[in-house]
Amino acid sequence: MAGAVDQAAFVEWLQRIGDNALILGHRVSEWCGHAPVLEEDIALANQALDLIGQCQLWLGLAAEVEGRGRTADQLAYLRDAVEFRNLLLVERPNGDFGQTLMRQFLFDAFHIELLRALKSSADPRVAEIAAKAEKEVAYHLERSADLVVRLGDGTAESHARMEKALKSQWPYTGEMFLDDAVDAAMAQAGIAPLPSSLRPAWERTVSEVLAEATLAHPGEAFSHKGGKRGVHTEHLGFVLAEMQFLQRAYPGAVW
Amino acid sequence: MTAVQPDLSEVWHWLSQVPDPEIPVISLTDLGIIRDLVWEGDTLVVTVTPTYSGCPATSIINLDIETALRGHGIGKLRLERQLSPPWTSDWITAAAREKLRAYGIAPPVDGTAADGRLAGRISRLAGTSNLVIACPRCGSTRTEKISQFGSTPCKASWRCTDCLEPFDYFKCI
Ligand SMILES: [Zn+2]
Repeated sequence: MAGAVDQAAFVEWLQRIGDNALILGHRVSEWCGHAPVLEEDIALANQALDLIGQCQLWLGLAAEVEGRGRTADQLAYLRDAVEFRNLLLVERPNGDFGQTLMRQFLFDAFHIELLRALKSSADPRVAEIAAKAEKEVAYHLERSADLVVRLGDGTAESHARMEKALKSQWPYTGEMFLDDAVDAAMAQAGIAPLPSSLRPAWERTVSEVLAEATLAHPGEAFSHKGGKRGVHTEHLGFVLAEMQFLQRAYPGAVW
Repeated sequence: MTAVQPDLSEVWHWLSQVPDPEIPVISLTDLGIIRDLVWEGDTLVVTVTPTYSGCPATSIINLDIETALRGHGIGKLRLERQLSPPWTSDWITAAAREKLRAYGIAPPVDGTAADGRLAGRISRLAGTSNLVIACPRCGSTRTEKISQFGSTPCKASWRCTDCLEPFDYFKCI
């Protein structure tokens, strides 16, 4: 293990990675029963399952490191919006299938690089969750990249929708690569890479896929930010209202 | 008084008769998810690894293990989750692959797991696959991928262009 780890920063960081998986998993699960074709409905539901499974591992570790006797479920269901640490990108509404796919692709391309780097984390608990999740996310990325290419380089209608999706999601991608004090502490302890260090690899994947999809690269853009420190868009409250309802209305309910 | 501790090879045999809840033609040991068995004093410790992080069968599997072992008279047992090394479809036994095929699920083709490294092959991604999967019904290799994801996280959807039947392919991971 690398040097002293600031425990509060570690818990904060684990919530970020866990909350990304949780909120995106919830968003993707909203498609269940609504996707354009059955195969896509099934694919989306399975991806949501992967993400929620990964969230259980990350938030489980967050609860363990925190040491206050909370569980992954309690972190997921009993925190308020300001206590969530996910990127704004993953709480964006599903929109049409193109919006959902573009959000997924832009996140997957980042997620795979993050997990790949975390496999050599100084904390073996982080490294083993990352190794497990990376194998699943490799399939997520192949699927989302494949569909971005097929729809971008598809009909005039699908191309127009993908172009619009890219334009609306792009300003939310910059937040993935912003370093702050928590990130610096994790990098210092050898637990996680600096987010900014993941950008070149992400940029390579994204540029190549967008070119193949005949979609113009948006270039530099204004970046929305705030999710990592709990400043969210109005959309997160609606996600939580649905996701947390049961545990809030019937505290401690179990299956 | 305490009963004689059963030999671990016998316990392995018992677990080889516990079916996977989602693909009941193969057992938990066929799937390679039982990683270790050990006696700690009078407690049997069973180490289990999940196939996929979010596999909904995980809790049922744990319950099935417990039920089976208690049925064989094991009074004290503890299940431990092991994440590392992560489960791989390479651990599915040869006999189990035949059982999968006979059941209508094409077994995994080792060494073809997605690795997320898209660079240089994106132009070949769209709608294509470099995998050759034989149809579990007619044996034809004229098959195509419908979706990377199938009826469970561990499977993909394929179809045969000869017999025209859709089928599940057990993904390599
Ligand atoms: Zn066939």
